[in-house]
Amino acid sequence: MSGALIHTFSDSMTMLRRNLKHALRYPAMTITVAAMPVVMLLLFVYVFGGALGTGVGPMGGSGGDADYIDYAAPGIILMAATSGSLAMAVSISVDMTEGIINRFRTMAISRASVLVGHVVGSVLQTLVAITLVTGLALVMGFRPNATVVEWLAVLGLLTLVTVALTWLSAAMGLACRSPETASNAPMPLQFLPFLGSAIVPTDSMPTGLRWFAEYQPYTPIIETLRGLLMGTEIGNSGIIAVAWCVGLTVVGFLWARALFRREPRR
Amino acid sequence: MTTSRPARAITATGLRKAYGEQVVLDGIDLDIREGTVFSLLGPNGAGKTTMVQILSTLIRADGGEFRVAGHDPAREPDAVRAAIGVTGQFSAVDNLLTGEENLLLMADLHRLGRREGRRRAAELLERFDLVEAAGKTPATYSGGMRRRLDLAMTLVGEPRVIFLDEPTTGLDPRSRHTMWQIVRDLVAGGVTVFLTTQYLEEADELADRIAVLNGGKLVAEGTAEELKRRIPGGHVRLRFTRPEDLERAARAFGEVSRDDEALTLQVPSDGSVRELRSLLDWLDAESVEAEELSVHTPDLDDVFFALTGTPTQQPQPTARKVNA
Repeated sequence: MSGALIHTFSDSMTMLRRNLKHALRYPAMTITVAAMPVVMLLLFVYVFGGALGTGVGPMGGSGGDADYIDYAAPGIILMAATSGSLAMAVSISVDMTEGIINRFRTMAISRASVLVGHVVGSVLQTLVAITLVTGLALVMGFRPNATVVEWLAVLGLLTLVTVALTWLSAAMGLACRSPETASNAPMPLQFLPFLGSAIVPTDSMPTGLRWFAEYQPYTPIIETLRGLLMGTEIGNSGIIAVAWCVGLTVVGFLWARALFRREPRR
Repeated sequence: MTTSRPARAITATGLRKAYGEQVVLDGIDLDIREGTVFSLLGPNGAGKTTMVQILSTLIRADGGEFRVAGHDPAREPDAVRAAIGVTGQFSAVDNLLTGEENLLLMADLHRLGRREGRRRAAELLERFDLVEAAGKTPATYSGGMRRRLDLAMTLVGEPRVIFLDEPTTGLDPRSRHTMWQIVRDLVAGGVTVFLTTQYLEEADELADRIAVLNGGKLVAEGTAEELKRRIPGGHVRLRFTRPEDLERAARAFGEVSRDDEALTLQVPSDGSVRELRSLLDWLDAESVEAEELSVHTPDLDDVFFALTGTPTQQPQPTARKVNA
């Protein structure tokens, strides 16, 4: 059993190297992944920020005079994680159309390693994008008051979120018959943060939407990030956020593994 | 492995596979000895690729008992995978990695270690004439080069049984001959090759035994010679200018098919020089003037016509024309 685990690990590392080489050689995808939240950040802070900030001011941030960027940055940093996951669905779906996948299937290697290599590669790419967006937010005037421990907790939570979304998105990519459909499948993951407290507080929403916004997974995640970074109330959001991440990771992993074990289409 | 009879690389009895209502393989029996080339011959859609996919653990059979390298692909897929290599009809190379990186990827997956992996990759690049292309991605390769890289990747793990699914389809004649030589070298090294092809010529060149697959069943099996003997269709076609020459020749050759309109005669022949010489000698001796002589060898269409009664397409016999 431990021998099998060692093989799974070394095969996964080989597959990870393969995927990282792809990413370095064709950086278009990484750039797209990072560009999307950067655009969001610029858009929400400079274009909508003035208007939205007036509404958010008294409720969000550390006080009435808080800049809107302090409210929106955690949500937009989270969007960097979601756009990373979107990329996974497409790139795994494209890879599945390659003949080399069938070669892997006829080799005495760990089957999970093909998926693990993809997911870990994509998570690393997404973490790079998250770092870029966070750095840009800081340059633009985002002033978190987090301690080193809180920053580490932020990194940990963002990694958990990215892992969960990437597995889910990998499964979606495997479920799609073509890369074209795979590029649309994780769209809901992309837009769900808007229906939560990422951009505006849920209190400002109509009742039905507010109920949805409060119970959807992104809201506790965003509230936890905001709490860690800005010192707002976290309450039980932290536990709920971690539970969502672990749950979605398990679902995504099992779903993806089941799909990859299916016989290849003729 | 300790049986007294020669070791078998692949055996199967009653192998079946259906996709819904469509039966693709309908009770296939195989018995392939180690160190031989077995060729599965059949038209497109005959089920050749399905057979390779089942034996190489890609898909499951619906029924039948079979062993590949001594193991059951359904129960011990990894034991089978450790012993086989597959080069499919559709290229199985990583298009974003260079030729060398593709080979090193295989070396890593076979856990050869860095040094051994590099040595093996360099050796295969050399052997398959890919040294110059080693640093380029397969997008820049010709069809023949891609196929060679594909096969080189298959060989990194030194498999004992190799599946080649239509390895020369779409290749130019020169690349095809290179591929044939590679297969011969492999077999000389003790490897068993399971080759599918639509070309009788290819099976004839390479295979120790040939099986013909049609409609999900093996309709014939044997050596190339055995099969050819069962296939009528090899003949010499003589064209005359004068009806009286046709008449005399027809009478002399006995049971032949003649065409009075075109003034042609089809004489059964294996196309050997000896038979041709005696034919020409007779024409000379009798002073019968033949305008044209062409030799027609049996091809896949003849095989199918003979074995199944349905040609795969319009017969287009390969002809070598000789002016007489």
